[in-house]
Amino acid sequence: MNVILYLLPIALGLGLLGLAGFLWSLKKGQYEDLEGAALRVLDDDDLPEAERPRRVDDRRA
Amino acid sequence: MSVSPALAAIGPKADRIDYSAFLTPAQDGACRIDLAIDGVTCAACIREIEDGVAGAPGLRAARLNYTTRRLTLQLDADGDPAEAVARLERLGYRAWPFTQSREEALESAQTKDLLTRLGVAAFATMNIMLLSVSVWSGNVSDIDPETRDLFHWISALIAIPAVAYSGQPFFRAAIRSIRAGALGMDVPISLGVLLAVGVSLWETAHSATHAYFDSAVMLLAFLLAGRVLDQAMRKRTRAVAGNLVALRGDTARRIDADGGVTEIPVLAVKAGERIAVRPGDRIAVDGVVEEGTSEIDASLVTGETAHEPVAPGARVHSGTLNVSGALVVRATAAAESSLVAEVNKLLDAALLAKSRYVQIADRAARLYSPVVHATALATALGWLAWGADAHVAILTAVAVLIITCPCALGLAVPAVQVVVSGALFKAGVLLGAGDGVERIAACDTVVFDKTGTLTTPEARIADRADAPDDLVGLAARLAQSSSHPLAKALMLALSREGRDTSPLADAREEPGRGVLATLDGVEARLGSADFCGAADEAASALAADPDATAIAVAFGDRRAVLTLRQTLREDAAEAVARLSALGLRVLVVSGDREGPVSRAAAAVGVAEWHAGAKPGDKTALIERLTQEGRRVLMVGDGLNDAPALAAAHASLSPISASHLAQTCADALVIGDRLGPVADAVVLTRRALAVMRQNLWLATLYNLVAVPIAVAGFVTPLVAALAMSGSSIVVTVNALRAQGGVRGMPPVAAAPPRRVSPPRTRLEEAAP
Repeated sequence: MNVILYLLPIALGLGLLGLAGFLWSLKKGQYEDLEGAALRVLDDDDLPEAERPRRVDDRRA
Repeated sequence: MSVSPALAAIGPKADRIDYSAFLTPAQDGACRIDLAIDGVTCAACIREIEDGVAGAPGLRAARLNYTTRRLTLQLDADGDPAEAVARLERLGYRAWPFTQSREEALESAQTKDLLTRLGVAAFATMNIMLLSVSVWSGNVSDIDPETRDLFHWISALIAIPAVAYSGQPFFRAAIRSIRAGALGMDVPISLGVLLAVGVSLWETAHSATHAYFDSAVMLLAFLLAGRVLDQAMRKRTRAVAGNLVALRGDTARRIDADGGVTEIPVLAVKAGERIAVRPGDRIAVDGVVEEGTSEIDASLVTGETAHEPVAPGARVHSGTLNVSGALVVRATAAAESSLVAEVNKLLDAALLAKSRYVQIADRAARLYSPVVHATALATALGWLAWGADAHVAILTAVAVLIITCPCALGLAVPAVQVVVSGALFKAGVLLGAGDGVERIAACDTVVFDKTGTLTTPEARIADRADAPDDLVGLAARLAQSSSHPLAKALMLALSREGRDTSPLADAREEPGRGVLATLDGVEARLGSADFCGAADEAASALAADPDATAIAVAFGDRRAVLTLRQTLREDAAEAVARLSALGLRVLVVSGDREGPVSRAAAAVGVAEWHAGAKPGDKTALIERLTQEGRRVLMVGDGLNDAPALAAAHASLSPISASHLAQTCADALVIGDRLGPVADAVVLTRRALAVMRQNLWLATLYNLVAVPIAVAGFVTPLVAALAMSGSSIVVTVNALRAQGGVRGMPPVAAAPPRRVSPPRTRLEEAAP
């Protein structure tokens, strides 16, 4: 049963890591704009010009 | 009267716009400003806006929040957002500085706090559950007591700090309600959690088989989830309402010491400053007229549609419309007029009465707590009388308390509120107060204000009789060059029809009379009937419609008369009919004269109406109805409606309403239609039915679970299953409160974007 003495702290440590991650993301404002985050991912303008897919309707400048 | 330099300085354009009141200092010497943005409709807008403002002088960073439709700009300490705003305008987005209301700031801080506590409770639940499942499995196989004790002690180590931290909102509320002498929902929650942890500690110290640490923290996690949902709902509607108010873009023109005119946001006006008011402008602040004479249209404040003359020394009120002449107004600190004083007094009384309302969940809790506590006590005494030892008796009583802990009760109402507020949002109703749902649903009488509620806030074309089409088109172009409110209303109405409103090249305004121009060598005029030589036509048009105002247009020797007035909202009659069909009694009460009120009431099909009502008369009417046993839903927009809105059982305001009215209302109606009022009644009634059902489900669960607990068969495993099972059942049932109302037009449809849209379009542009 000695293995429990290693496993329990590891399990709790991983849980605490998750909690710390959640609190960090909350503090950094990651939950402020849930809809926007879903849409930003669709935007390709951060890719280099050559890798961007062509668009039919060219956006106005 | 000779024109003073200050009056002469009131030109058509302000010299500069001052944003400084909205800049807040941030880190590293930067400052930030939040802008509400109108016209954000799609994913591409995010990049377009952020790229569009990038590179503006003094701008460090820009980030658009798509959920709230707000753009945050980080600027250098001496930065000016004017360039960024101008760039947005060129792209077709209107931007306006925005300050969080105190309630909104408080609420977003609370949401963060609750989310943190929920995170801690969820972490504790998961980890304790990991240990508990091992113990439950071990109890039916071969766990040795030392390992079980170790697991229990680790559970205690996690549970105690987690409960101490995550449970605070409940403990504090429980202490408050005990001090107030009431037993709210928080008392049984706190008692259940604390007893569960206390007894589990005792049991752990005595190497017992069962501990309830998992139940205690899971209960907190579920209840916190309910509260987070509740907050999230209010946060979203507050954000939208705040944007709409900010985007009205109310500015005032401050006359500086050097005689220049600076356009500043209304919120930044300080007492003692001199404000220039052009004819056709709304007066932005309360104040005293210093120079100039004019007529004031106070219809949106008092409901009275006749104009009131003002001269130096007269008090003017914010929200009123300056009709004919330029004014210089000195802003006064607080509203001091007798009307406002009366409104404030009535408001205090009404709000006091309203605070006595007890929410449905609390009513349930009041019945619930004594029954639960009595059952637990009876269980302990019963087991003792049966001959069991004190330890078993107390343990069973605690099991009763844990299993009856109102997990499902705590979720039953907020879950429905979240779902129905989403449905209301789609229908064009922004719910402000959480308990608004149950109060609107309970109403059996609707009282409408007339001016600005049944009617549109601005004048519209009532009748164009047989005006030739080319003359109407000419009127639209001439009206563009006038500052008169009627001409502005005409221009707005005609531009909505898609007419060309480009100004004529040589148009010039003759103050108080009309606009004059030449087109293809022929003289064109728009203005009073005399100015256009159309007195006879105007007289016959006014005889047909005495509440209207005539405006004439002439082109060479051809003339036509259009009549304008505050027309009924297009679906007002339909909305009233729907409300009557729902079994509600409909009344109209207005501060306006008898003639217009009776005609408006007849037009929408309302038999009961009261005219010439002062703010006190409106609250008196509502109190009389209340004493008759009626529950009144007040729909109103003016400052004079505020006490009535607060006194009524529930209240709605159009989004065009005065600030005070909006604060007093439980919900706001977006757009130009009244249909959402009927939708709100339908949706909230359905939601209330689901809430009641949820409370019954929670009760039913208790009826099954309590006998099992009393009999002493509740192990921690049973408690955990029962708790999560009942919570899931009420949450799933809450989803039934969703679903559209038949025949409802989509309010959220995106309007066509255009550069600098006229103000009233904004109300339809709600996201």
